Amino acid sequence: MDFVTHLITYGALAVFLAAVIVRFVRIQRLPLHVRWEVYPVPHEGARAEHGGSRLEDTDWWKNERKPDKVMELRFMIPEMVLLKALWEHNRRLWFRSFPFHFGLYLLAGFAGLLALGALLGLFEISLGLPFTLLTTGIGFAGAVLAALGALGLWWMRLTDAELKPYTTFSHHFNLLFFLVALGLLFGAWGEAGWDLAPFTAFFGTLMTGRFAAFEGTPLMVSTVVVWSLLLAYIPLTHMSHFFVKWFTWHKIRWDDEPNVRGGRIEKMIQKALEAPVSWSAPHIGADGKKSWGDIAVEELPEQ
Amino acid sequence: MSDKKKKFRIEDVSKPSEQWMHVDNADLMPLPAPLDDPASEPDWTPLSDETREKYEASLDDTLLLNIPKPETKEEEDELVRKFLSGMQKLFDEANNWPFLRPLLMSMEHCANCQSCSESCHIYEASGENPVYRPTCRSEILRRIYHKYLKPGGKFFAKWRHGDIDLNWTTVSRLAELAYRCNLCRRCAQTCPIGADNGLIAREIRKVFSQELGIYTPELHDNGAALQMKVGSSTGMNTLVVKDNIEFIDEEMEEQVGFKVETRWDVEGADVLLMHNAGEIMAWPENPGAFAVTLEAAGVNWTMASEPLAYDSINYGLFYDDVMLSKVVVRHAMAAKKLGVKKIVMGECGHAHKALTIIADRVLTGDLNIPRESSMTLLRDIVMGDKIKFDPSRNDFPVTLHDPCNMVRLMGVVEPQREIVRKLCPQFREMTPHGVDNYCCGGGSGFAIHSKHNFEEWRFKISGRKKLEQILGAFQECMDPETPKYVCAPCSNCKGQIRDILAHYDLWEKNKILYGGLVELIVNAMEDVPPGFLEWEWH
Repeated sequence: MDFVTHLITYGALAVFLAAVIVRFVRIQRLPLHVRWEVYPVPHEGARAEHGGSRLEDTDWWKNERKPDKVMELRFMIPEMVLLKALWEHNRRLWFRSFPFHFGLYLLAGFAGLLALGALLGLFEISLGLPFTLLTTGIGFAGAVLAALGALGLWWMRLTDAELKPYTTFSHHFNLLFFLVALGLLFGAWGEAGWDLAPFTAFFGTLMTGRFAAFEGTPLMVSTVVVWSLLLAYIPLTHMSHFFVKWFTWHKIRWDDEPNVRGGRIEKMIQKALEAPVSWSAPHIGADGKKSWGDIAVEELPEQ
Repeated sequence: MSDKKKKFRIEDVSKPSEQWMHVDNADLMPLPAPLDDPASEPDWTPLSDETREKYEASLDDTLLLNIPKPETKEEEDELVRKFLSGMQKLFDEANNWPFLRPLLMSMEHCANCQSCSESCHIYEASGENPVYRPTCRSEILRRIYHKYLKPGGKFFAKWRHGDIDLNWTTVSRLAELAYRCNLCRRCAQTCPIGADNGLIAREIRKVFSQELGIYTPELHDNGAALQMKVGSSTGMNTLVVKDNIEFIDEEMEEQVGFKVETRWDVEGADVLLMHNAGEIMAWPENPGAFAVTLEAAGVNWTMASEPLAYDSINYGLFYDDVMLSKVVVRHAMAAKKLGVKKIVMGECGHAHKALTIIADRVLTGDLNIPRESSMTLLRDIVMGDKIKFDPSRNDFPVTLHDPCNMVRLMGVVEPQREIVRKLCPQFREMTPHGVDNYCCGGGSGFAIHSKHNFEEWRFKISGRKKLEQILGAFQECMDPETPKYVCAPCSNCKGQIRDILAHYDLWEKNKILYGGLVELIVNAMEDVPPGFLEWEWH
């Protein structure tokens, strides 16, 4: 494959990483918000079964807070792997969304296994037929599930009366992007006789920089380019929910960390209360200079 | 699917028309017996021509904000400009640090999957009217945000996020639509991404209040602002509230046969009890029952006579962060002045949430006084050994309503259940219950709004699911010979449930009564003469 194709892939990886990091840091740096949790909160442990919180305890502030991370994982893993919330609340959509997402997980695993195979190959280590069968099986299953899911989701977007008013050009574009990428993957793989060698070789040249060592067919090159562009595109859209969910669930929906006198949260609040207010309604009494702390203790302006 | 559902488009919010949508009685979610005959549902009282002439009323069948119609195009444009100015501040760190992160996440990551709609009682009760989907108002705001606030929006937003025109029709309809949500956040609970449409509804209300000065008089002028001015949203000042409580104490003494005295301003008390002042006016038996219970249990408690401190309400929770913070600070300052060990909220859901949860990241230093739910304190008393109870005195069907702010939004679920399980032999749960409860339909302040025909909207739509639950809980004993009790430990919820029961004659015909939790406690006290709970309509 030529230099340009590899450059596109390197560039896409860089854009993907940069976009994820920039977005993550941007969200992380937002000011501390007020508590806005929704129960059940899994790290409340046994109480999470009924959706309770430590606020059910007498003098709860005197008890040491011990978030139950195991319970959190027990909730998170089915949610991430099986899309449990969707199963419970929107099953029609789950039958399309689950194969799509699970297929993508398998394809991520496929890419990881190809990269591992390529790396070991640089040291002339081969894991033999079992590894090849595993990689092939995961890749094929992932591609089939993702394609079926994407087709199902696209069909819903086109025909479902509930989704249609909320479906925009970008929904169609995103799903078509995936379908084209998956179609190309099937095409290139089929062209190679379902052999993993061209893919492993590509990962190898990515690692070594010896681009001339591999020449792909036009179909293979197209597959690489489209998947690279897709990878770069994902974190720039609402599909970044793949990592933003960490914030929406852990940092908002499950954030019940109390404010303790002298603690780190108190310092953040004190800083936030210094922010100037410039809302214009008369009852606010703001002038762009007075802070939240000033305004909170003021009486209402005469109106 | 009906024509109006098939033809629904978000963009139509911008198109002037007399009324964007209508809910017919035939559309409404069916109810169980004895209200299972759709013909028994009264028709809407339409808004008067005069009202429609004077105010912006083109959203649906009712009206809440009474926004006067602008007289000129210039006025319209100015209001739209102010709305956009408010939107900018909504996404500004300094002006909206309290909610910026959750708001941004909800604005930018909704997958438009409509899972939230399945959980919305308003959407379901309306017969799945598309304008009442949680995502509808969120999507309107989202499209405005992406088109008018984000760089390149005018070129790219249409393709990426869908088109919308920002004009006075859009703005005025959005304002009203923000007041067609109870902020119960059942949608937030079900969203697989973690987006929060209830939050977005509240933030829209905030733009109108904090930037344009548009709010309902019930919430502001006669609510939070009155509370700031006089001491209570009921208009009671210190003298009046002390008088009222003294009267209630005397009534209680007569009923229970032992000394009941509310102590005021006791420095260093273990408990500062704060009631929703509406209880004192509308349901005096509730603060009275609290006084009886705390006295009988020997709790070292007090109330505070400082203005605002005897009224736990904080309507700012529903529409305005500045009003919210002003009230929260004054509540805490009163507690600090007395040096009490903890503040305990009486039976008021939103007061629980405002002072315990929201205020947790507002109050610092010595204003950060411990706050606790009365459910916890009452649970300890009932399960303890200081008072003897006879549950047979509560031997009638009882069901428990779960106030959203206390249960789903605070996690106080079991203490009240421990009480009713011990004291009410015929206790049965609603379905669903606990953190999966449905809002009473009066949430976010709706219970105090009755202007025009808004009360009908509360009955037909926002309260319909709760009505279904109440009827469902008592299906096997609907006969009028069996008195039944809906236990609702929240003032706002009681108001809404009272109104629904009255509207559908459910006391007259089926003897369904409502009341708080603490009344059931006193009713079961062995040392209190039987009959504390009066089976009379109130």
